[in-house]
Amino acid sequence: MRQIVIISGKGGTGKTSLSAALATMGEQLTVADCDVDAANLHLLLQPDDHSRHPFSTGAKVVIDQQLCTQCGACMDACRFDAIRYQEDRYIISETSCDGCRLCMRICPTDAISMIESNGSYWTTGTFRNGWMVHARLEPGEENSGKLVSVVREQSRQLSEQMGAETILIDGPPGTGCPTISAMSGADLALLVTEPSRSGFHDLKRVKQLTDGFGIPSVVVINKYDLNEQVTAVIEAWCRSEHLPLVGRIPFEPAVVEAMLQCRTVVEWAPRSAAAGEIAAIHRQIFQS
Amino acid sequence: MREGRMKIAIASGKGGTGKTFVSTNLFWVAAQKGIDCVLADCDAEEPNVAEFIAGENEQVDEVYQQVPVIDPERCTFCGLCYEYCSYNAILYLPEKRMIQVLPDLCHDCGACSYACQAGAITEHPKLLGRVTRAAYGAAQHLVEGRAEVGVYTPVPVITHAIREAGDRELVLLDSPPGISCPFIATVDRADYVVLVTEPTPFGLHDLKLSVATVRQLGKPFGVVVNRAGLGDNEIYRWLEQESIPLLLEIPFDREVARIYAEGGLPAAVDDSYREMFSRLLTQIVQQKVL
Repeated sequence: MRQIVIISGKGGTGKTSLSAALATMGEQLTVADCDVDAANLHLLLQPDDHSRHPFSTGAKVVIDQQLCTQCGACMDACRFDAIRYQEDRYIISETSCDGCRLCMRICPTDAISMIESNGSYWTTGTFRNGWMVHARLEPGEENSGKLVSVVREQSRQLSEQMGAETILIDGPPGTGCPTISAMSGADLALLVTEPSRSGFHDLKRVKQLTDGFGIPSVVVINKYDLNEQVTAVIEAWCRSEHLPLVGRIPFEPAVVEAMLQCRTVVEWAPRSAAAGEIAAIHRQIFQS
Repeated sequence: MREGRMKIAIASGKGGTGKTFVSTNLFWVAAQKGIDCVLADCDAEEPNVAEFIAGENEQVDEVYQQVPVIDPERCTFCGLCYEYCSYNAILYLPEKRMIQVLPDLCHDCGACSYACQAGAITEHPKLLGRVTRAAYGAAQHLVEGRAEVGVYTPVPVITHAIREAGDRELVLLDSPPGISCPFIATVDRADYVVLVTEPTPFGLHDLKLSVATVRQLGKPFGVVVNRAGLGDNEIYRWLEQESIPLLLEIPFDREVARIYAEGGLPAAVDDSYREMFSRLLTQIVQQKVL
């Protein structure tokens, strides 16, 4: 089984649009939407989600005011500044709490407990060219990296069951925990960038990450014609880093039109230049 | 700005909608007006403000977390630290008498140190990132939080950056994308939130999630639609239906995209953009006061 992850560091470079287009071409495969903070791939692939599973984050910690003796030990021990003394009582700030449970261990009267939170879930289903796993993180929840790991594991199991040989992973932006969960153990990373200073800066950081994990990487420059000078700079850098450039996708109205129709650009405008370039990327990545 | 001190977070669920574009241009306009302000780049996993605006006399703080080290000589292999760790950051194989900390998974909560009765755990600093502070003009400052590539969370770097930004007439926080910890760590410290989106199905879908998150935090907010004219009208219908203030529409313009791609600020080179961001600043101040 081969796992290909699409990441970019910077958001909005076109990871999801490219993932969706590649997913609808060629042999049946499994797609895993690992951007659980802002999952969008299902908007284009429209899977029939035949099973949904809750994901418990257990992030809410509460103090029972009846049992609390106001000793303050929990506040002193908390390293996340999540416990405050306010209006004659100790309270836990949900947004600062990291869910480490140290306060629960310390409390001499067992006044602190954790309430499971069940707003997040992950889903499996089929789409027009294979199988799909995606997830929704309850707004404000911790642990998006853990939910990404669940999506990865489920997509692996599903692929084994269905005999899919490829898993295509649509990754989150950034270089932290969720990105690491999305890419660990992948066979190839497709780095999507755009010709802007921010795009280039973030490409360099994400390359550092794939190097650190020993994952071979290739680059796609999206919207390359928005600034051909910056594109040339990125191309020169790729050469100096021995990083193969597998495609340059032009900025075209067809790409946005396709999204508005909730289709991929290769389906909506197969004769557009963007679709042609994506087909070439597909050949290089999937048939090599 | 007689209206008093305020902290504004510029945020979005989806990445690449134009948070940094709005923050940097707003900051430039505020600096031109001589407002005592600071722009803090809180997107510590991918900080980009420095690609557009540079300050002077940089001062750098390093941000560390504590990571435990277990002394195998003192360890009794009781496994209590392993049990207390909520992050699977301790590898424990009692039958092999092996115990080890996985520093990349450690959240620096202190539970293992509390658990250990044998005095086998000591804590040592690990670099998480850097916070840079620089002067820009007479009364303005730039702050950047930059996490080391691959650390589990940028949150300590973000909170340090916001603390460094301090309490000024105007504090602009360029937020990280998403709806989880890094986003919350930034937005929770703001008085007002500007959500930047684009008029596409992706933009709308992620805006709905950001709005739910910001509402949960109880923050007043408004929306900026970037790349207007590129998509459809669904987003406007939804904003109206939800009675969410539309603060500004920024039309899609290839020339502006080109200027910005090279690190230029449209507000600095084009009167209509200066006017646009100046209006946005006034709008935000009014919204906050209402």
